[in-house]
Amino acid sequence: MASKLSPIPKLVLRRLAIGALTLIVVSAVIFWAVELLPGSIATEILGQSATPETIAAFNAQFGLNDPPLWRYVAWLGNAVQGDFGQSLATRRPITDLIGDRAFNTFFLAAYAAVIAVPVSILLGLIAALDRGSLLDRWISSSTLAVISFPEFFVAYILILIFAVQLGWFPSLAGVTPTMGLAERLTVSFLPALTMVLIVTAHMMRMTRAAIVNLLALPYIEMAELKGMKRWRIIAIHALPNAVAPIVTVVALNLAYLIVGVVLVEVVFVYPGLGQLLVDSVAKRDMPVVQAACLIFAATYILLNLVADVIGILSNPRLLHPR
Amino acid sequence: MTKLLEIRDLWIEGRSGDDWHKIVKGVSLDLARGEVLGLIGESGAGKSTLGLTAMGHVRPGCRIAGGSIRFDGQELVGASAQTLRDLRGRRIAYVAQSSAAAFNPAWRLIRQHCEAPVCHGVMPRAQAEAEAVRLYGEMRLPDPDQIGFRFPHQVSGGQLQRAMTAMAMACKPDLIIFDEPTTALDVTTQIEVLAAIRDIVRNHGAAAIYITHDLAVVAQMADRVKVLLKGEEVEDAPVREMLANPREAYTRSLWAVREFQPAPRDPAPASPPLLKIDGVDASYGTHKVLENVSLTVPRGRTVAVVGESGSGKSTTARVVMGLLFPGAGKVTFDGAALPTTIGARSRRLLQRMQMIHQMADTALNPRHRIREVLGRPLEFYLGLKGREKEARIRELLTEIELPPDRFIDRLPGELSGGQKQRVCIARALAAEPELIICDEVTSALDQLVAEGILRLLDRIQRERGISYLFITHDLATVRAIADHVVVMQHGRVVEQGDKDRIFSPEHEPYTDLLLSSVPEMDPDWLSRVLDQRRAAAS
Repeated sequence: MASKLSPIPKLVLRRLAIGALTLIVVSAVIFWAVELLPGSIATEILGQSATPETIAAFNAQFGLNDPPLWRYVAWLGNAVQGDFGQSLATRRPITDLIGDRAFNTFFLAAYAAVIAVPVSILLGLIAALDRGSLLDRWISSSTLAVISFPEFFVAYILILIFAVQLGWFPSLAGVTPTMGLAERLTVSFLPALTMVLIVTAHMMRMTRAAIVNLLALPYIEMAELKGMKRWRIIAIHALPNAVAPIVTVVALNLAYLIVGVVLVEVVFVYPGLGQLLVDSVAKRDMPVVQAACLIFAATYILLNLVADVIGILSNPRLLHPR
Repeated sequence: MTKLLEIRDLWIEGRSGDDWHKIVKGVSLDLARGEVLGLIGESGAGKSTLGLTAMGHVRPGCRIAGGSIRFDGQELVGASAQTLRDLRGRRIAYVAQSSAAAFNPAWRLIRQHCEAPVCHGVMPRAQAEAEAVRLYGEMRLPDPDQIGFRFPHQVSGGQLQRAMTAMAMACKPDLIIFDEPTTALDVTTQIEVLAAIRDIVRNHGAAAIYITHDLAVVAQMADRVKVLLKGEEVEDAPVREMLANPREAYTRSLWAVREFQPAPRDPAPASPPLLKIDGVDASYGTHKVLENVSLTVPRGRTVAVVGESGSGKSTTARVVMGLLFPGAGKVTFDGAALPTTIGARSRRLLQRMQMIHQMADTALNPRHRIREVLGRPLEFYLGLKGREKEARIRELLTEIELPPDRFIDRLPGELSGGQKQRVCIARALAAEPELIICDEVTSALDQLVAEGILRLLDRIQRERGISYLFITHDLATVRAIADHVVVMQHGRVVEQGDKDRIFSPEHEPYTDLLLSSVPEMDPDWLSRVLDQRRAAAS
C-alpha cells in the first residue's frame, strides 16, 4: 500500500507551538505573581534602617522604577537568550548561580526516575497479571500507604532508619561539584529514595489500570485462545497499547521529581533549585525567583510535550494511516 | 468416524452480583473429525459460551459447574493451564465475531498470524510467514504477498475476517470455533467470506463448530445443526433434515421474520408526499458522502432505504433530522422547505419528525425511569402535566404492549433489548409525529424479537397513519415492511421504486448483487449463487 503522507509531523509541530505559547503565558503569570509578593528587595537588602534616598537609588540602579510591562518584555527578551540578569542579593549573574543548582536538581530527578519508572511499571504489570491476588493487593496498598505520608515525614523516617540507626548513608546530602559519581550517588541516595517512594504509587497504579482496562478487550481473549502465556499477553499484547496513558503519567511524575522536590531538598539540605527558590523568595531576590520558576515551568511543559508526542507515535492509526 | 470432541452434560454458570445463574444447562455434544456442526440460537442461548468451552475456555465471571469436555480423548474440565495453552491455537483455533476488535491494533497482521505457530514451536518464523502468504491467497485476499504487512485498521472488515480465518489455520488445527464470523459484515461481503471459509475448512479437513443466529447461513456451512434455547438443546439434526422437517416449533420460529407479511394496504393516496428530498449532497469535512440523493416519503407509508455500511443511508437520515448540513439540494416537509439545521427548526416542526435509533441501549438514559423517558416529550411537545401526563404514559405503554403497572417505574437496565426498543418507539410516539425515521431499529435484535417490533410498527402505522423512513441493511426486513424501496450505494441512489418492482427480476446490477447475496434456507444456495456468478462473469 502506498503510504500517504503521515499526519505526524503536523501534529508534532502543533504540539510544539502550543508548548511555546504556554511557556510565554506562564512566564507572564510568573512575572506578575512575583510582582505581587509583598515587601521590596531594597528594604530586604539595605535593612530596615535604610533611608528613602538609598532605597530610591537602589531601585534606580536595578531599573525597578520602570513600568512592569517594560521590565517584563526586557526580562523575557534576555531570558530567551539565556541571560536571566543579575541576582539582586549577591550581584552575581543568575546563570552562574542557577547552573550548578539546576544540574543538581536534574541529577537527583534522573537518579530517582531511573529507579522509579522501571520499578513502578514492572509492579503495575505484576499487579495487573494477578489481578485481585494477594500480591496485587499488597502492592497496591503498600504503595498507597507510602504516598499517603507527607514527603518530609517519609524523608525523616528514612533518615532515622538508614542514617541514624544503620548509618549506611549520610543524612545531609551536601553534594559538591568536585564529587565523583560514586560518592555523589551515595550521598544523594536518601533524597532519591524518598522521591522514588513518593512517585511510585501513582505510576504503578496508572500502569495497572491501563493494562487492566485492556484485558477485557477481544484481542486479549484472542491471544489467550491462541495459547499464549499470561505474561506474554500482558507485556507484548497489552503494554504497547497502553503506552499513551502510561507515558502521560510518567511525564507528570518526572516533572514532579524536578518541580515538587522543594521539601525534600530542604530536609536533606541538598543544594538544588528548590532550595535556591525558597532562599530567594525569603530574600525577595525576584530575578532569581523568576528564573527558577521559568525553568520549572519549561521542564513541565517540555515533559508533557514529550509525553504527547510519544502518545501520538504509539498510535498505529496515526503512524500508519490507511 | 472417530470422535474428536465429546461434551457430556455440561453445566456453565455465570455470576451476577453474588448469585450464580445457569447459562448452559446440561448440554451434550459430539463432533467427528472433519465434521462441521452449526450451533444456532438467539442471543443469550449460550451458544458462544458452549463454543468456547470446546477450547476449555470460560469467560471471566463464568465457571464450569459440571460435566465433561473431552477433546481427542483428553479431558479439558479441570485440565492445567499448561495443557490448555498447548491445545489452544495449535490444535483448536478460534475465529471471533468482530475481527476489528480481535486483532491487536498495534501489530501487523502477519506478526499476529505467526505468533501461534512460532510460540508453539510448530514451525520457524520464516516458514510461518511463507505459510501465511499461502493461506492469505487461499482465503482469496487481494495482494497476499503484501497484505500481511498492514495494520488491522488498514484493511476492510471483510478482508480482516478472512485474515483471521487464515490465522486460525496457521497451525493446521483439528478443530476451529467460528463465533458468528460474518454477523458484522454486509451481505455482499458475507457471501465471499462464507465461500472462503467453507472451502478452506473443507480443503484442510478440519472439524468446525459454526456459531450463528442465522439459520440460512448455517445451512450453507454445517453438516449438522444443534439448536439452543436458553442454555438447553432444542433439536439436533443433519442440516437438510432439519430444514426439510424441523421437529420443534421453536426451530420453525427462527425464520419467522422472513415470513412476516403485513396486511395489504390501499394503494398510495394521491395526496402530496410528506417528505421530499431533492438532489441532496453532503460531506463530512472534505469527504463527500451523499451525492444527488432524491427520494419521497408518502403519507402513511414506509420507505425503506437499503444499502451496505458506508452507502450513506444514515447520513441521509441525519440531513433530514437537521444534524448534518447539506451542501446542496432541498428537503421539503409537508410542502414547506425544512430549515437545514436543527437549531433553526421550531418546536412544532421538531415534534412532527421523530427518530428511533439502532442501539436502544445507548439511546435511553440509564438513570431515567420509563416514566421520565416517556414523560419528557409529553411535557416538552404537548405541555402535559400531572395526572394527564401519567395517564398518557400509561396509554403509550399499553400501545407498545408493555403492561404499565409493571414497567412504568423500571430503569432501562431492567428491560430486555426488545423491550428497550419498544420504549424508544413509545418515546417517538409520545410526540405524536407524522414521520418517524427508523435507523436500523431491528438490527441489534434477535429475529423473533425483531419480528415483534416490526409487527408493532406496522400496527401503529395502520392505526395512526404515520410515515416511516426505514433505514436498514437487512433485505428480509425490507421485504417484510416496506411499501417503497430506495437502494443506495456509495452515497448515491442506485434504484428506487415500489417493493414489488424492486424485488422482481430486471433491475440494476447492484440491486441484483444485493438481492442475490441474501442467504437462503436452501443448503445448496451458496454453491448455486457462486456458480451463477462465475458463469455470468465468464
